[in-house]
Amino acid sequence: MIVKLLSGDQPRSVLLTLLLLVTLVCLAGAPFLFDGVRALDTAARICIFIVLAASYDLLLGYGGIVSFAHTMFFGLGAYGVALASSHMGRGFDALLVGSVSGTVAAIILALLIGLFSLRVRAIFFAMITLAVASALAVLVSQFSGLTGGEDGLTYKIPRALTSANRMGEFMGTQISGKILNYYLVFTAALILFLLLLRIVNSPFGRVLQAIRENDFRAEAIGYRVIWYRTMATCLSAAVAALAGSLFAIWLRYVGPDTTLSFEIMLDILLMVVIGGMGTMYGAVIGATLFILAQTYLQNLMGSASEATSALPLVPDLLNPDRWLMWLGVLFILSVYFFPTGIVGRLRERRAS
Amino acid sequence: MSEPILSLRGLHTDIAQYHILQGVDLEVPRGQVTMLLGRNGVGKTTTLKSIMGQWSAKSGQILYDGQDITRLPVSARARAGIGFVPEDMGIFRDLTVEENMVLGCTTGPLDPARKDWLLSAFPALGTFWHSEAGNLSGGQKQMLSIARAMVEERKLYLIDEPTKGLAPAIVSTMAQALRELKAQGASILLVEQNFSVARALGDSAAVMDDGRVIWTGEMAELAANKDLQERLMGLSMETH
Amino acid sequence: MTLAPDHKPTFANLSLTDRLGKAMPVILVPILIVLGFVAIGAPSSWLTLTVSGLAMGMMIFIMASGLTLVFGLMDVINFGHGAFISVGAFVGVSVLIALGDWTGAASLLLNMAAILLAVVAAMAVTGALGWGFERVIVKPVYGAHLKQILVTVGGLIVIEQLIYVIWGPDEIFINRPEMLKGAVTFAGAAMEKYRLLAVGIGLVLFIAMRMVLRRTKIGLIVRAGVENGPMVEALGYRLRIVFVGVFIAGSALAGLGGVMWGLYQEVITAGMGEEMMVLVFIVAIIGGLGSVEGAFIGALLVGLLQNYVAFLEPKLALVSNIALMTTILMWRPQGMLPVVKAK
Ligand SMILES: Nc1ncnc2c1ncn2[C@@H]1O[C@H](COP(=O)(O)OP(=O)(O)OP(=O)(O)O)[C@@H](O)[C@H]1O
Ligand SMILES: [Mg+2]
Repeated sequence: MIVKLLSGDQPRSVLLTLLLLVTLVCLAGAPFLFDGVRALDTAARICIFIVLAASYDLLLGYGGIVSFAHTMFFGLGAYGVALASSHMGRGFDALLVGSVSGTVAAIILALLIGLFSLRVRAIFFAMITLAVASALAVLVSQFSGLTGGEDGLTYKIPRALTSANRMGEFMGTQISGKILNYYLVFTAALILFLLLLRIVNSPFGRVLQAIRENDFRAEAIGYRVIWYRTMATCLSAAVAALAGSLFAIWLRYVGPDTTLSFEIMLDILLMVVIGGMGTMYGAVIGATLFILAQTYLQNLMGSASEATSALPLVPDLLNPDRWLMWLGVLFILSVYFFPTGIVGRLRERRAS
Repeated sequence: MSEPILSLRGLHTDIAQYHILQGVDLEVPRGQVTMLLGRNGVGKTTTLKSIMGQWSAKSGQILYDGQDITRLPVSARARAGIGFVPEDMGIFRDLTVEENMVLGCTTGPLDPARKDWLLSAFPALGTFWHSEAGNLSGGQKQMLSIARAMVEERKLYLIDEPTKGLAPAIVSTMAQALRELKAQGASILLVEQNFSVARALGDSAAVMDDGRVIWTGEMAELAANKDLQERLMGLSMETH
Repeated sequence: MTLAPDHKPTFANLSLTDRLGKAMPVILVPILIVLGFVAIGAPSSWLTLTVSGLAMGMMIFIMASGLTLVFGLMDVINFGHGAFISVGAFVGVSVLIALGDWTGAASLLLNMAAILLAVVAAMAVTGALGWGFERVIVKPVYGAHLKQILVTVGGLIVIEQLIYVIWGPDEIFINRPEMLKGAVTFAGAAMEKYRLLAVGIGLVLFIAMRMVLRRTKIGLIVRAGVENGPMVEALGYRLRIVFVGVFIAGSALAGLGGVMWGLYQEVITAGMGEEMMVLVFIVAIIGGLGSVEGAFIGALLVGLLQNYVAFLEPKLALVSNIALMTTILMWRPQGMLPVVKAK
């Protein structure tokens, strides 16, 4: 049954299985296992970014395609919900309409970009997605009447999903709409992840990997390489948009910095590379570690920076604002020395 | 007899996951034209590219002019005196004929005497001296490729099917130019499918099959023996 | 025995359409300028916008030329190229600020000397940085596009963050040297002096670059290498050394572009290179990856279009470039002057 749920793609490493189980249990029981708003928020972010990173892995790890527009699709889903909720008023219908229209927009845009740039050479794709994504980000901040510009949009979601909705106590924890909201995010994320797992283990996923290994040969065997790559782009865009919708539902706020920025794009890249490209489980491990580090390690950097304030330059390097620099270093090092990521390493250990 | 200018010893080369050269042994004597023959796809081009370094040999040895060049980079082999005319000619199409020729000179400017010699051998190149090489006809490109390799004196020339697709009249020009090259003391390893050219030019011959050299001997001996040709190459070369 | 063809050679005529195809992109620039005139109407605004569009185009070209050549030569795509733009700007502007006396003086000579020093410093630093970048970041990932993209993006982030560490988190405002402030008026149109200077520098650089590529042996090797690297090696040239040279020169040019762009905007930020990369990529793609001439035309088109559209409908300026890219790729999927790789 479990094997079937995982589409026959087991973790293939005891330690990895253990890590995944711990992650699953912690996320599933987050409202009851951890105290505080911050912990729950972190758990929800982890769920959402697991889906986002996994959908990116479909493209990067399985398709061998680098895209810089993944946050754009994420943003489309998020803004879809935000716009629908602000214009239609709070309600589940707004959430549904927003998610669906955001996803459809993402698919159409992905289709266009894919047909355009993948037709010529795969390397165009990286450059063109970068250009298109930044153009969209500029548009969003310029058309502030519609999008709220740099400030973003704040809106209401159905009462049932907010902390105003109190539903009594369970195991010593107040059950509120917030927790309901969390489980909406958690369940949707779990389903989307299993769906992605299914996709990469389907014949489609295998062809995609064959193309990644040798597109020339795949074409010669008779696979329409462009079709498969464009399809992968659309699927990954759709899932990213849905992740964006979940994010919008959870945060009740959407802005360029939280959904569209290049920085988030880098976060996703890092999650996938560090977790392990082309493994799906890598996205789980990568996203979890990354979000935890982001939430708790930055504080540590702050204290380290203060502790070394007597030294020259060092406190500047350790300043929490320089978080991104260390990520960059980590990123380069992991591409060189750690190309299979954590999951790859864990599996190697088992193999040897 | 002096030692050969080039000898290959048990050369193995892989292309991707395919084991293409499976132990090539070959000698190219100094000052001679050695023909490398064989059916399509037996590894002649791969052998030349391995000598040049464009494919790196997995094992075995390439001895050139008393030196082991098996692990040298491509450009170092060229600078050691090996000239290469690849099967696809390797013409720079965006550059003019002149610029192509200038690039053939790695040690200095274009030598006028050498240029005159080559232009008298291949007059078409003179006609199109300032035109983009991409606009040349196939045969003219072939001439340019050879002329570019010959523009500077090299000790050993590796030439891959120079007469491919050439009109018979041009073939004899080409043959004549190669003969002159040899007369200047160069050694040549020549892949050739045109039998009359092979017979006319070749001093010795090596026949390949399945990534190995299966026969070596005098060109004349091979030319005289139809049965041998049939056995080695699957068909008599006369029918080509 | 000569075997020259006895008929008259015909290919010179045959290539006429071919030549027209090559000329077509060049014609696009005047076409766009005329279209701009029609759309804008007022001649003086049009002239002002055209000059600033050309200036912007020249600066983008300077930044893009290295990127496109590096790609053409070794199939290396450097997403970190933008970092050199930012670093160049910061180094150059620091020099200009340090030379405040010179830039503040009402002497063209002193002003130009200050700019020259700033440019030399910026190019030296970015050239050296490029050299290090090539060795540490790019070299280990030759031939692997996926890794190249990832690693060079990593390099971009690290360098950008180091700018914050060295120069602090804030943007830096910079005044143009005294004699380059203000505008000259011609036919009722105000044209900023600095923009005219930028156009001049860009033109000179382009011509110089063309001369080097067409007339020198190194240039020949570079052009041949773009088309068929393995054959250049087989002739005996060490392409890697040439490539490193081009990488360093390209990085230095990006640094120069950064200084010029900084003076154009009169403000610099660590993220400016990353922002410029969008335009640089568009220019390299529509020009045809590997083609310097293509990048030049592409840059002029982008600069002009951006300025015209910004005047007509400010919000659509950046999007207009995406539209331009889309249109050109529909017309020529490999870019205007595609570099055909020998295979
Ligand atoms: N790039 C490549 N990838 C995979 N296989 C290759 C490649 N190049 C050559 N081969 C294979 O290597 C073998 C030898 O090829 P090679 O070009 O050396 O033959 P050849 O003797 O020169 O043939 P021909 O007379 O047709 O030129 C062939 O089976 C060919 O299919
Ligand atoms: Mg061959």
